[in-house]
Amino acid sequence: MEHSSRLWQPVIATGRFSIWLVQELGRMAIFFFRALGNIFRPPIQISKYIQQVYFIGAKSIFVVSLTGSFTGMVLGIQGYYSLSMFGATGFLGPAVALSLIRELGPVLTAIMVTGRAGSAIAAEIGIMRISEQIDALETMDINPIRFLISPKFAAALISLPLLTAIFDVVGIIGGYLTGSLLLDINPVLYFSRIESSVVMHDINGGFIKAVVFAAVITTICCFQGYYTHTRQKGFGAEGVSYSTTSAVVQSCVLIMVTDYVLTSFLL
Amino acid sequence: MATTMNEPLIEFKEVSKSFGDLPVLRGVNLRIHKGEITSIIGKSGGGKSVLLKHIIGLLRQDSGEILYEGKAVSSLKTPERRKLKRKFSYMFQGSALFDSMTVYENIALPLKERESMTDEEIHSRVSEKMQQLDLHDIETKFPSQLSGGMKKRVALARALVTEPEIVLFDEPTTGLDPIRKGVVHSMISDYQGRFGFTGVVVSHEIPDIFYISQRVAMLNEGRIIYEGSPDGIQEAGDPVIQEFVRGFESHQDVETGMQSMAYGERRFQEELARLQRHQTPFSLLLLTVENLGEIYEKVGHRIGQQALRNFAIKVRSNLRVTDICSRTALNRMMVVLPNTDQEQTRMVCAKLSRAISSEDIMEAPAMADFCFSISAGFAEARTDSKLENVISMAESKQNTFYEFRVC
Repeated sequence: MEHSSRLWQPVIATGRFSIWLVQELGRMAIFFFRALGNIFRPPIQISKYIQQVYFIGAKSIFVVSLTGSFTGMVLGIQGYYSLSMFGATGFLGPAVALSLIRELGPVLTAIMVTGRAGSAIAAEIGIMRISEQIDALETMDINPIRFLISPKFAAALISLPLLTAIFDVVGIIGGYLTGSLLLDINPVLYFSRIESSVVMHDINGGFIKAVVFAAVITTICCFQGYYTHTRQKGFGAEGVSYSTTSAVVQSCVLIMVTDYVLTSFLL
Repeated sequence: MATTMNEPLIEFKEVSKSFGDLPVLRGVNLRIHKGEITSIIGKSGGGKSVLLKHIIGLLRQDSGEILYEGKAVSSLKTPERRKLKRKFSYMFQGSALFDSMTVYENIALPLKERESMTDEEIHSRVSEKMQQLDLHDIETKFPSQLSGGMKKRVALARALVTEPEIVLFDEPTTGLDPIRKGVVHSMISDYQGRFGFTGVVVSHEIPDIFYISQRVAMLNEGRIIYEGSPDGIQEAGDPVIQEFVRGFESHQDVETGMQSMAYGERRFQEELARLQRHQTPFSLLLLTVENLGEIYEKVGHRIGQQALRNFAIKVRSNLRVTDICSRTALNRMMVVLPNTDQEQTRMVCAKLSRAISSEDIMEAPAMADFCFSISAGFAEARTDSKLENVISMAESKQNTFYEFRVC
């Protein structure tokens, strides 16, 4: 009997993990729908939404532009050398623009926003949780999800597509800088080829990704902060540090996974 | 004031709660009456805060029932439960102020988010509460810029701004110095008198907490092992209760430097035994500050407490070393005078009133225009006296009675 119970140990562990995973995903889904639903519940908290758009969106413009320009410049150089092997350097414009609009724009913007705003959200909500500020809201009969989480959701859903657009535009200009000014691509050819090859479907796909990533980032970062107190290990400040770390890691991994899933549907 | 005969406002029936494998509450039975302050005492980590969080619904019990006005809270529908929740306020142990909001925004938040009030109405209500709690010129400060005592008062203002029917205090004095502890206690007692809310206080401050509460409940190993009046707990036979209450009481009353109520009682019993054996007379002197509430209103709780402390020091310095001063209520002290009969006590009392009424209690000259109005009564104990009898003799009007003012 004893021998067989040891044999079953991995099965038991796997089962326990699966149950935990399903529970966690279920809680996260409920959290997501509650936060989403409360965005539209009147009275709409416009001033809070604007404040959060400023924090999540406006304050990320610089870092997004910076990464966008360097990504575009790298694509310009790499693309040039790859395409020159086939004598197709004239297609540098579409190569840069399509990889930015379809893939790199939404993904890298989402990762930058996770690093800049997502970690801050997880830490802020985690600290509010451990210092009983969220409990205080509940005792005052103020819904903490509506008061704290929904404005961040609304702001991320508005900001991320716009930041992605900025990333794309700056990236394309970056590609032009290296391709045309440093190397010898004809600038007119660069832009006209982009115009003729990028279609609305590509741009829509990029924006759909940006919206989905916004939902992924805010759900995970807010969820991790909000449930800091239920963590198995790490209490207090340590709990907040674990929450912030897992918020960023999980967001980045899930951005990549959803990107793959979305790409296979959108193409 | 409601008596224990009445239907309780809140009642716990066999409430149990575990966190994982750890049972915290194991069948709690507790009654909380309207218009009274009930204090919950017990060891640290014994589940007192958990108990308090069940009252307001921050935690749900695993089994058992919590009744509000006889109705089970768990059977209420969501709108009814929300309506009930709005009657409560909760003052957290760590204040739980929103650190990204100013003091004003913190206090105004419950009004702004849930009441349909105009900005002017909110402003006047918040200003009124800040005035009452001696919070001046800090509206635009952030909680991190305030001292611990100030934060507690802001938290108290936030708890009282909605004019709740029931206020729950989770260790309101933890981490404060003795003077500020006294301030918070007298504030709770004072505002309870003024606004008439029902209070539940979780506290470690024995015996201070007994002065302000009408009922005391002691939580031990997940059960209520004592429930009744503060006087009753001192006489309870249970060794666990005695050990706990005495353990805290070996200290002096930190606010005034006087001995605790229980110590005074023990000295009374010792003197009584001496009287019965050796016929050595002894007397009791009661000093009551009649206008303490008025003083608080006039100069604030902080200065009032300071003055009370100064008064106690002056009283002690004018008595013999053998006289035992103890504090029996928020505004009253009892002196046991060994080897002193009625006539000698009268002389002591007269001398005391002359000596201390000429001294300056208020250190700040600006406060010179208000006085402590003290009534002093005394009585000699007889061989068959009980403490209550001697106290009521000392209190009675026809008994020799002094009134004097200390300015």
